[in-house]
Amino acid sequence: MSVVSIVAIARLTLREAVRRRLLWALAGLTVVIVILTFWAFSRIAEASPISGPIEMLGVSQVTVMLAFMFSFVLAMTAVFAGSPAIGADIESGLLLAVLARPIRRSEVLLGRWLGLAVVLVGYALVAGYLELAAVDLATGYTPSDSFAAPWYLAGEALILLTLAVVMSTRIASVAGGAVAVVGYGLAWMAGVVGGVGVAFNNDLLRGAGTVSHLLLPSDIMWRGTAGALTPPLDVLSAGGIADAALYQFSPFSGAAPRPEWLAWCVVWVVGMLALGTWLLSRREL
Amino acid sequence: MTVPRGEVFGFLGPNGAGKTTAVKLLLGLSRPTTGEGRVLGAPLGDVPARRRIGYLPELFRYQGWMSAREVLALHCELAGLERAEWEPEIRATLDLVGLTASAERRTGVYSKGMQQRLGLGVALLGRPGLVVLDEPTSALDPVGRQDVRRIIGALRDRGTTVFLNSHLLTEVERVCDRVAIVDHGRVVSELTMADLRHERGVAIRVTGLDDRGRDVGAVYGSARVDGEWLNVDGVAEAEIPALVARLVADGGAIHAVVPTHHTLEERFMALLDTGPDTEPAAASKGFAASGAAADTAGEVPADAGTSATAGSSAGAANSGAPK
Repeated sequence: MSVVSIVAIARLTLREAVRRRLLWALAGLTVVIVILTFWAFSRIAEASPISGPIEMLGVSQVTVMLAFMFSFVLAMTAVFAGSPAIGADIESGLLLAVLARPIRRSEVLLGRWLGLAVVLVGYALVAGYLELAAVDLATGYTPSDSFAAPWYLAGEALILLTLAVVMSTRIASVAGGAVAVVGYGLAWMAGVVGGVGVAFNNDLLRGAGTVSHLLLPSDIMWRGTAGALTPPLDVLSAGGIADAALYQFSPFSGAAPRPEWLAWCVVWVVGMLALGTWLLSRREL
Repeated sequence: MTVPRGEVFGFLGPNGAGKTTAVKLLLGLSRPTTGEGRVLGAPLGDVPARRRIGYLPELFRYQGWMSAREVLALHCELAGLERAEWEPEIRATLDLVGLTASAERRTGVYSKGMQQRLGLGVALLGRPGLVVLDEPTSALDPVGRQDVRRIIGALRDRGTTVFLNSHLLTEVERVCDRVAIVDHGRVVSELTMADLRHERGVAIRVTGLDDRGRDVGAVYGSARVDGEWLNVDGVAEAEIPALVARLVADGGAIHAVVPTHHTLEERFMALLDTGPDTEPAAASKGFAASGAAADTAGEVPADAGTSATAGSSAGAANSGAPK
């Protein structure tokens, strides 16, 4: 496998994202959202100065809601950019001329994935840190792990991008995109169900959450994001809510994923890309 | 079937015969179910060998958000050309296919003909040893077709092998050295254009002879009677006066004598109308699946440009097909 070829296709994908104004659209939206975030959080801080753990928890929950909206935008961007990545180029005939060159199908797939991954990760990090800076500036609130939160969001987007790109090797763009969106929603719901199982010590519900995380680990990353954006534990303990069951299974709460789950996310992405390569290698062009 | 280096080879057949499938097999875009072939001395699908192949697909489509110059630069990169070669190569290619004036425009706004010209340019980048053109003139106007003929001629002059898929038999007849005709995934005939030009005959409108006319004609070539016309194929031009004299001597009244020669289209139609290998069963086997590897592996010369296992036995069986 040639890294040069993968990078060539990734650069082509990046250029396409710029030329087709995907990057500009995302950048424009980010600027608007950051300005609105700063304005809204400034009003919140004016109405209720952030002086105690309850107020801090309130601001954190609004921040998590903001991150959830952001996560949804990232997920949809990943799906809509990833689902036509291979299939549409095959259907249009565009790949015929490319694959007649000394380049392998696997290199095209990995290049497309890498190019889109750079767009998504770049967007998640830049926009994520800008958002958190706006919240901090407006309210003085600093989440428990400001550094990690945007990375978890980027991880979630990468997982959904991987699913969409693999789907695109065999399924029409619209169908692949629909499957990925439904998968994203189901994984999120299953994560909530698993959280209920953990909170109330119900093995069946906890198992459903675990199976869901194994099949599509996007919710692992979302929970990491939510956990990273909550106040530090000492603040929650001071407010008497650190161990509250209701708080634990809230879809807008979470904790940093255990290392074995992070490792599973990496294995899942690598395994899915290997599956996509295999599927594409057997597809008639 | 073997295509030697430097030949302009036409690959013909009706819709669904397997022409594009064969091209995709040669380029590694499809996998053979069985059988084997070699391109530029390498097995089908060999990635390094594709560095020396240019390809214009039947379904030509390029990045619509790029300019023609950018598309060509992309293919320079994918083909592994040295960076220093890109600019002169792109400039020469744009000039060759007549796109210099619109090189900076987005290809998404190109007409079909311009896109096909761009595709031809993409196929010619880097002076490939083999150029595969799948219906290269399907979207071109007469001027464009003339340009393609000129370009193919130039490729022949510099020793490039051209593998041409086309339905336009008159075009093929004008530019190719040799053709193969395929049907249902099998080669049913191979012939050179020189052979075709030598396949001359005569049509004589004669009365008063009935079946005796055919008997006389059969002495000089392959004869058949169609109403008052006696058609004799394969007769040498110098023998036509003797044939006519013999018909007159036998009591025939001659009304017209018309020298004839076969066109590729006539040969094509005759083969596909009467060829025995038209059973649908052959289609399911695919182009490269119809002959055992051993049949052709020994037939591939060391300097073969392109070869593929393609039902060579069927080709031999049909070499005497009606003319």
